[in-house]
Amino acid sequence: MPSSRPFLSPSFQEVSLLPVKTKTSGVKLRLDTMTPQDYEKLSKPYVPSRPVFKNCIRAFLSGGLICVLGQGIQEAFMAIFDMTSREAASPTVAVLILLSVILTSFGVYDKLAQWCGAGTAVPVTGFANSMCSAALEHRAEGLVLGVGGNMFKLAGSVIVFGVVAAFVVGVVYAIMGWGGSH
Amino acid sequence: MEQLGSQTWLYTTRPIILGASAVVGPEEGEGPLASDFDFIYDSLEMGEKTWEKAERALFEKAAKLAIMNAKLEQEQLEFFVGGDLMNQIISSSFAARKLSVPYLGVFGACSTSMESLAIASMIVDSGGGKYALAGTSSHNCTVEKQFRYPTEYGSQKPPTAQYTITGSGCAVVGRNDGSPGAIHVVSATIGRIMDLGLTDPFNMGAAMAPAAVDTITAHFRDTGLSPGYYDLIVTGDLASVGLPIAKELLAKEGIPMEQTTFNDCGLLIYDMDKQKYVIAGGSGCGCSATVTYGHLLKRMRKGELKRVLIVATGALLSPLSYQQGESIPCVAHAVALESGGDEA
Repeated sequence: MPSSRPFLSPSFQEVSLLPVKTKTSGVKLRLDTMTPQDYEKLSKPYVPSRPVFKNCIRAFLSGGLICVLGQGIQEAFMAIFDMTSREAASPTVAVLILLSVILTSFGVYDKLAQWCGAGTAVPVTGFANSMCSAALEHRAEGLVLGVGGNMFKLAGSVIVFGVVAAFVVGVVYAIMGWGGSH
Repeated sequence: MEQLGSQTWLYTTRPIILGASAVVGPEEGEGPLASDFDFIYDSLEMGEKTWEKAERALFEKAAKLAIMNAKLEQEQLEFFVGGDLMNQIISSSFAARKLSVPYLGVFGACSTSMESLAIASMIVDSGGGKYALAGTSSHNCTVEKQFRYPTEYGSQKPPTAQYTITGSGCAVVGRNDGSPGAIHVVSATIGRIMDLGLTDPFNMGAAMAPAAVDTITAHFRDTGLSPGYYDLIVTGDLASVGLPIAKELLAKEGIPMEQTTFNDCGLLIYDMDKQKYVIAGGSGCGCSATVTYGHLLKRMRKGELKRVLIVATGALLSPLSYQQGESIPCVAHAVALESGGDEA
């Protein structure tokens, strides 16, 4: 300890040392000699992991519910407008997208997503949310550079990898002589 | 001013905080510290058209209130030291447009609050100026937009994620005029960069804990004090994951933190039981700034706290650096505040 401690008040008194009571991870090293591996080992017991099982259950329930809703809308189109199931598919998707965009715009979709996880991300509603949220967020930067330039910021990679995957599958089908019925 | 050890500045004239302010958004206004804030906005938009303008409005309001609380006119202010989390620190620089005083922009991510206070105090202590304003801000939506995803994007955050607070804190530092009951800026310990290889931007508490520990250790080594000297030691935004890690690391360093109360601004600002959406706790420049300039200073003025050490922690990552797989360099700066009557 240095001899002069100029900012100590006269009333300062050494506080008695109490026994150290902390949860320990078993890593003995001090900070200046610690490697990233040591630190990972030390910090691991304190870092809660993602509740994967709970998230799966929630995703199953919420994603399933969106599918049931979609089925209901499709049945309604078929019953009311006398459509075939194939004809009703596109307007059904459009309705789901519209619902997702409305919920996104009212600031509800992101809150649902924290609970639902993949349940709201995987269906078409999640795709709509990724585009709508980016468009809303970057509206401030103008229609061209903002909305146009950023709308596919998140959805872009889904499209890129979707097209690439479809191409690969198409090539495999062509080589194997499968499909081609229509 | 005097250098203690290798990292600590001792402000020999003991500059004082003439006035401070904390301005927050609606979510912080629902937290347990609501009554300590000078102004609470009831919407995140703050009547502005963009998130960036909203953050600027927040900052300008806090600066104005701090000058008012210091009983100064804006023209009397001589220097402004500020920073924030936006690219090119636009919130702070654009707020400085209105103040039109000599300006130093600083960036230390969430450690900017204490970095700016340390520099402002240095200006005053060294005789470089009579009045210097230190301030910083963060806004939940500007940060989400810049560092994460669009604000309305539905992504599920892990249990280690923190919630960037919407708030701005400013303080006017002035010369020690010997008035009783004043709050003095006594010393500051400038942190080193610590990077222990963590790469997850959704787990900043664990990434920043070593930086906080390194700075706290340096502070006690340089000053020769022990934690019991302080009534309270707070870290900036380690939150529920980083704080216990810091406690274990400090125990390993042989720093007896059990002598004092050791807490974190990210845990103080929200009601962790009711405000579940904050997940692991608060973060952002505004976090340590609003808790310090709002809550802690008021408790010091009431006499509930006499000596406080604030260790603001910052994760110096950019969206680009983590996308390129880089680990997160972190830093922490500590400033010691003492309420009057204790002049050596």
